Amino acid sequence: MASTLETRQAVEEVSGDYKYGFVTDIEMVKAPKGLSEDVIRFISAKKEEPEWLLDWRLKAYQKWLKMEEPDWALLDYVKPDFQDIYYYAAPKSADDRPKSLDEVDPELLRTYEKLGISLQEQEVLSGVAVDIVFDSVSVATTFRETLKKKGVIFCSISEAARDYPEIMKKYLGSVVPMADNFYAALNSAVFTDGTFVYIPKGVRCPMELSTYFRINEANTGQFERTLIIADDESYVSYLEGCTAPMRDENQLHAAVVELVVLENAEIKYSTVQNWYPGDKDGKGGIYNFVTKRAACRGENSKVSWTQVETGSAVTWKYPSCILQGDGSVGEFYSVAITNNYQQADTGTKMIHIGKNTSSTIISKGISAGKAQNVYRGLVKVLPNAENTRNFTQCDSLLIGDECGAHTVPYIEAKNPTAQLEHEATTSKISDEQLFYCLQRGLDVEDSVALIVNGFCKEVMMQLPMEFAVEAQKLLGISLEGSVG
Amino acid sequence: MLEIKNLHVDVDGKEILKGLNLNIGPGEVHAIMGPNGAGKSTLAYAICGKEGYEITKGSVTFKGKDFLELEANERAGEGVFLGFQYPVEIPGVSNVNFLRAALNSIRKYRGEDEIAAVEFLKLIRAKAAELKMDPEMLKRAVNVGFSGGEKKRNEMIQMAMLDPIFSVLDETDSGLDIDALRIVADGINRMRGDSRSILVITHYQRLLDYVVPDFVHVLSDGKIVKSGDKSLAIRLEKDGYASVGIDESAA
Repeated sequence: MASTLETRQAVEEVSGDYKYGFVTDIEMVKAPKGLSEDVIRFISAKKEEPEWLLDWRLKAYQKWLKMEEPDWALLDYVKPDFQDIYYYAAPKSADDRPKSLDEVDPELLRTYEKLGISLQEQEVLSGVAVDIVFDSVSVATTFRETLKKKGVIFCSISEAARDYPEIMKKYLGSVVPMADNFYAALNSAVFTDGTFVYIPKGVRCPMELSTYFRINEANTGQFERTLIIADDESYVSYLEGCTAPMRDENQLHAAVVELVVLENAEIKYSTVQNWYPGDKDGKGGIYNFVTKRAACRGENSKVSWTQVETGSAVTWKYPSCILQGDGSVGEFYSVAITNNYQQADTGTKMIHIGKNTSSTIISKGISAGKAQNVYRGLVKVLPNAENTRNFTQCDSLLIGDECGAHTVPYIEAKNPTAQLEHEATTSKISDEQLFYCLQRGLDVEDSVALIVNGFCKEVMMQLPMEFAVEAQKLLGISLEGSVG
Repeated sequence: MLEIKNLHVDVDGKEILKGLNLNIGPGEVHAIMGPNGAGKSTLAYAICGKEGYEITKGSVTFKGKDFLELEANERAGEGVFLGFQYPVEIPGVSNVNFLRAALNSIRKYRGEDEIAAVEFLKLIRAKAAELKMDPEMLKRAVNVGFSGGEKKRNEMIQMAMLDPIFSVLDETDSGLDIDALRIVADGINRMRGDSRSILVITHYQRLLDYVVPDFVHVLSDGKIVKSGDKSLAIRLEKDGYASVGIDESAA
């Protein structure tokens, strides 16, 4: 667990310096339900944004109005009613929250316990009324003091718009254009918060930067926006998400993440996504429609995406790399688990533009119950990209016989010097494997967790230590009840 | 220790064991021989509680407990080990991690604390040395890319680590050259003791030269048709199953 309590305490400590703190925000009301120019003006005003950003939002909104929701993914869900969503909400008041853990779903508490989360953290996670609460407000301001010394900027994107307008203007929407796709356009119009990171030239960020987003309020769409810029010769490792499950009713989560990597710089971006997946019958659960893209602009720049996707009812997400700088490197390591009625359509795009660029894709999809799991990926080599390399490995593991795994790899090579490799396997947890583990004394759940963790090992190894141990436990918990 | 009475077992609706009786006392080594299809592996799986092996009649009692009431992992916790004829591969899971998870599960079942990491590593290194096993093998994924002999040796180290009181060895000798056979036999002999029992299932008498059984039983068509001592195994080897009245072609 990415230390919510610690974060909370740290935020309390620094809140004296925190100009636009949530104390003010908490007193704010919701924006009216639905989406209109007025709502966008309301959000922009609440965020005390400069005029240029409001104009940018309104432009995105106009484009979005003319766009249609895509339906090419292998996903089956009820399309959200965009006029039935709150686009801005302050956190729930204490009166509307559970008074103690006794009022929280015992199933959820059991999971927290298995993940080894302390009682106090459980309170925070399950939304029990505590002194300080936060919803659409980023708490990624914690370690600012330490970072400031190195010149690292780590703040909410709203703050960045006010305090660092030059960098924001230069890079916002430069990787994911405002009208890139339906949900990116929506996000551009209404994003409420998110994280901004700038690593200056030659700086190796002294700590893993971590943030987590919370969805508390019923029917509040979450539109986070993250922008990370690694200047020449710099390095940063960024952790997003949380292993603890986050609970709520059908909610739309449409985030945009933009990474910009300059010469010889590297960004390692790790995600553990465990939003509420809905119940065993497929009711409820989060819609997770995310656009994540990295631009390797500098020579020998590098981006590594690692994701462990266990949550959400519907996941639609393709963290991608645009390998523009000569010698740049893109990596994508993914574990996607779907159980019960969960659906995931996820993968990556590697666009090779520069010479001597290389990319690696390792995708592990696990399906159980009645779930559907799709790997969809594109490897594209442009005509001037000499001597590029890609290695792709897509493995699917099926548990039971009512689930599905699909692999949809697209390869477009327009330069004859490209070396592209693709491997794919599909396997099942066999009765023989299971019995072998049982006979050695492991119970069914531990056996499945062991086999699945073995299957995902190459990806799990990429996770930072803080995440790895919990993520291993999470894989087991996500598949509980899928066998026997 | 183990008492099997009138055991009937169906697999996929077909009766494989048809009223098998077997009594194994503490410290005893029993061998079960028989032609292909006699039901030897079915007996091993039924004792260990594999799913799909349906007990339609009879009883299996272990140390006075009704064994059929227990799940497969609980039977392992009670101290039963099955050496597999075809050990299964588990990609990505190292032998060391697998064994530690298994040992701790069994300890948990018995109400004991988890073994300390250092103590565990000492133990596994010592056992590997006893079995002349390359310690590098412990780091490799369970049975992945192992030769036939390595797989069987791996079963032996698992047995040594989990320290069962009753071991069933299902054709552990199959596919082994003479050196590997000796090592496996040595592993089995190390498990012999006054309070431990072993059931060796084999098609050939070869292994029994190294692991000398106290009793030999002949299984045919789902029943034990003949019992004796070591000399019975030698007679079978020499004269074939026909000499004890079994038509092997019918099996």
